[in-house]
Amino acid sequence: MAASGNKRKSGDKYSVLLPTYNERENLPLIVWLLVRCFRDSGYNYEIIVIDDGSPDGTLEVAQQLQKIYGSDKILLRPRAKKLGLGTAYVHGMQHATGNFIIIMDADLSHHPKFIPEFIRKQKEGSYDIVSGTRYSGNGGVYGWDLKRKLISRGANFVTQVLLRPGASDLTGSFRLYRKDVLQKLVERCVSKGYVFQMEMIVRARQLNYTIGEVPISFVDRVYGESKLGGNEIVSFLKGLLTLFATT
Amino acid sequence: MTKLAEWLLALSVLGAAWVTLNFNLLGLDLPPPLQQLLWPLPVYLLVVFGCYSLATIGYRVATFNDCEDAARELQQQISEAKRDLALKGLKF
Repeated sequence: MAASGNKRKSGDKYSVLLPTYNERENLPLIVWLLVRCFRDSGYNYEIIVIDDGSPDGTLEVAQQLQKIYGSDKILLRPRAKKLGLGTAYVHGMQHATGNFIIIMDADLSHHPKFIPEFIRKQKEGSYDIVSGTRYSGNGGVYGWDLKRKLISRGANFVTQVLLRPGASDLTGSFRLYRKDVLQKLVERCVSKGYVFQMEMIVRARQLNYTIGEVPISFVDRVYGESKLGGNEIVSFLKGLLTLFATT
Repeated sequence: MTKLAEWLLALSVLGAAWVTLNFNLLGLDLPPPLQQLLWPLPVYLLVVFGCYSLATIGYRVATFNDCEDAARELQQQISEAKRDLALKGLKF
């Protein structure tokens, strides 16, 4: 407890934002992993669940989790219907008490074990943003076939050439932000979907925020369906060209 | 300056340099071997860039880590989490 006591005294608190839609099966598991990760590492934390009116009862499970882990650790910020990711962050942040915000997917593709590494990285370089990356170091993916890897690498290469963003993983959504930085970035970002995460990094560069990177393993959806169709690719390209012409 | 403007600027500078030398607008009178090299240079550069792109993407696809261990570890932790949550009274 001595070590964890010291970390608490540092005064930093980490608010994890979990936007959910139909994650009834995954939510308890990701929360369990998060709680264990923070308990073992000793950092001060809270988990904010932003459920967009899931018909599968995600909110009800979240309420059970709140009873188990306490309403100081699990905060519920539900919304009536499915709205954009950017507004979910704004909505979740309104009641966040942490000075750092961690965003991640609730579908278990992002493992909480990387969070202590994000935090160490942030402290090491006093970064404004730490981004998880699948594309460098020991980072990687699980459950992707050759076609998916090819599309992902190809899209990443084109993006690197056109935007030179100074970060290797632009479409990933496992990141740590200073709270005020995230607030400023969300205000400026207009894109949706994959492009939203990309725009956040591009705008961050424009505003001269510093970005650190931590390699992560991305384990594709254990429960539920993964999405990457023709539509996603077209909207990605549109978004990329928009950023290319406007930033 | 937007990235688009940066690209356009760089391309027009290079294009202007190429036109100037290629059509001998400054009267430099480059030696014939250089002139022969200069004429198809844009196409050469394009081909080199294309090869570089394909090689880079191919290499990165081939070396994309498959995180088998991470997936196995996650499965174990999921079972552990389910047992523990059931004990704590969670109804799935």
